[in-house]
Amino acid sequence: MTVRSGGTLRRRYRFSRLDVRVSPYLYVAPFFLLFAAFGVFPILYTAYASLFHWSLLESEHTYRGLSNYTDVLTDPLFWNAVYNTIGIFILATVPQLALALGIASLLTRRLRLRTGLRMGILVPNITSVAAVGIVFGLLFADRYGLINWVLDSVGIPIVEWRTHRWSSWAAISTMVDWRWTGYNALIYLAAMQAIPRDLYESAALDGAGPLRQFWQITVPMIRPTIVFTAIISTIGGMQLFTEPLLFGYGIPRGGADNEYQTLAMYIYQTTFTRNFDVGRGSAMSWLLFLFILVLALVNVALIRRGVKGEAR
Amino acid sequence: MSVTSRRWRTLAAAAAVAGLVLGAAACSKDPAKTTNGPITIKVQTFGNFGYGKAVEDWNASHTDIKIDHQKMGELRDFAPQLAQWLAAGAGAGDVVGLEEGQLLGYIKNHQGFLNLFDVGGKELEKTYVSWKWERGLADDGKFLLGLGTDVGGTALCYRRDLFEKAHLPTDREAVAQLIPTWDAYVSVGKQFAAANTGAKWLDSATSIMQPYIMQQGSSWNFDASDKFIGDTNPTVRKAWDLGLQMAAEGLTAKLARWSPDWDAAFKNSAFATVFCPAWMTEGVIKPRAGDGNTGKWDVATMPGGVGNWGGSYLAVPKQTTHPKEAYQVAKYLTSKEGHLAAFKEAAAMPSDVAALDDPAFANSTSAYFNNAPIGKIFAASVKGVKPMVLGSKHQQIWETICEPAMQSAEQGKATSDAAWAKWVGEAKKLVSG
Repeated sequence: MTVRSGGTLRRRYRFSRLDVRVSPYLYVAPFFLLFAAFGVFPILYTAYASLFHWSLLESEHTYRGLSNYTDVLTDPLFWNAVYNTIGIFILATVPQLALALGIASLLTRRLRLRTGLRMGILVPNITSVAAVGIVFGLLFADRYGLINWVLDSVGIPIVEWRTHRWSSWAAISTMVDWRWTGYNALIYLAAMQAIPRDLYESAALDGAGPLRQFWQITVPMIRPTIVFTAIISTIGGMQLFTEPLLFGYGIPRGGADNEYQTLAMYIYQTTFTRNFDVGRGSAMSWLLFLFILVLALVNVALIRRGVKGEAR
Repeated sequence: MSVTSRRWRTLAAAAAVAGLVLGAAACSKDPAKTTNGPITIKVQTFGNFGYGKAVEDWNASHTDIKIDHQKMGELRDFAPQLAQWLAAGAGAGDVVGLEEGQLLGYIKNHQGFLNLFDVGGKELEKTYVSWKWERGLADDGKFLLGLGTDVGGTALCYRRDLFEKAHLPTDREAVAQLIPTWDAYVSVGKQFAAANTGAKWLDSATSIMQPYIMQQGSSWNFDASDKFIGDTNPTVRKAWDLGLQMAAEGLTAKLARWSPDWDAAFKNSAFATVFCPAWMTEGVIKPRAGDGNTGKWDVATMPGGVGNWGGSYLAVPKQTTHPKEAYQVAKYLTSKEGHLAAFKEAAAMPSDVAALDDPAFANSTSAYFNNAPIGKIFAASVKGVKPMVLGSKHQQIWETICEPAMQSAEQGKATSDAAWAKWVGEAKKLVSG
């Protein structure tokens, strides 16, 4: 006959309690370890590198304190890149989100092939960004591109897309919108599914037309989702790199007058192709990070104010 | 769920995970363990060096060293990658191709490369054209950074059918006699424009900078002490003015070189002449103009006669684990056989003295270019080349700062003086760090 001693029981009990308390951290640890190694460490190292005069070609680095930051903030090309980035962002994102809202509200209705359409609008999102950039770059070629050919055959004078600011911005925004409108539409669609039907019914009973229902019911009810997409779009828009780079055929200069050189392209040019200046590139990267943070918060504030919804 | 079945499930799950982990570990290859097999030397080149056949021949005849030739895309994709690999100390090949401008950037900062004198490079001194050899030296001649592959040699490639339309002589000797100087080039260009063939004379104002400056001057943006002189160098300003003058008179097609539009322009017969170094003939013009234009292009001596444009080197990064073997491979690829094979494949003009004299090069003709004797023409163009000082940041300044400014002036987006001031300002900023 075996009688378990009190000691073994207590040990087992303590071990089980330890297990319950510590195991969750252990399960989550792998992710955080990887994130610390590949996410946090590079960010901190970049901050460290931004304090030095650091060339990719040399092996010696001299400490400069915050001089890299003051250099960057007084560099007109930096502010030009900021201007381009914000401009392309607004030109791309505002129509994109509006269009996505419209498409989403259309997709909530009863349509033939509804699932097919819903899946179809996401297809542009799954194509390779580089492929999109290259193909659209060819479509928008200054002289022999397809779009210019169409314009020419209708009698409209051709547009040299890369020689003007507005035309290059428009072409890049087209690329971005083509890719992300469907994605945002699906997110809005999912949010719209959660709106209770009886709100619409009572509104219809009160005599509200579809447009009024859209603005007074749909949009306020999905306000958190709109805020979410605005933040994601801001973060993505500020980091715009592949589309403008490939639009310029892989040249980070972004046009003879830097018309469409975004911040990310300027950082890339400074660090890897022209100046090989890791210190300045790191300083710019950190400024970009702070910039995105500020802009995202501004975005949220604007939307909270603009889209009046349930008091919260 | 009973306790026993839960225990079995847990056991099964644990076994599956363990199996996956062990399987993954078994599948990963250990690269350092090839002690008894052949040593693989990784050769990384950009663009088209023409080494396909040469590598095949080597691999067929050697069992101890195998070459793994990796084509890394265009120069502008490969150059930043290489810089990163050198800085990180890993990732670069055992032998890498360096364009002349790239090499110049590494002359001062050659710590990432192996001094080829340490593996016996001195023996090769007399095999190359002298200025090509000297350009590959760093540290006052004590450090051999690169072995020369091709040299530029420049001529004038022209469209015979468009010349005929404009009632200009089409025979290459006659063309060379018609355009012996740069002034003649401009006046014949005006003649061509007046004939209204639908094509322009030249692809872009910027494309005369390199041929003109390399011929007429002994320096471009930097002097021998690596000081920036691009703004005061009279040759640079002359070339700039000449190009923009031609643009103002409607002689250029105002294209951005090396862009898809420029590629399509060859097919669309948008311009009648282009300055072509040897590597541009078979490697650039032929694929872009296509088979439909075979025989329509021809090659004549360029105005001024003498030209040099581009050319590359092979270097060995210090991080290689097989320095001696890498040197053997680089030596082979830049030997007479390597040069001649590259010439055959990509029309890359040899810098190896023996290869230049070899009939395989000297008597070669190009079927695409109306059977032009390209060996003779390009060899003659290199004969009078004066050694030219280019400087460590030359490539970046010319390609990313000066050329775009000149293009914007050509397209009418800025006046010539404003564009000049812009590029000089940017260049000075780049040089001062």
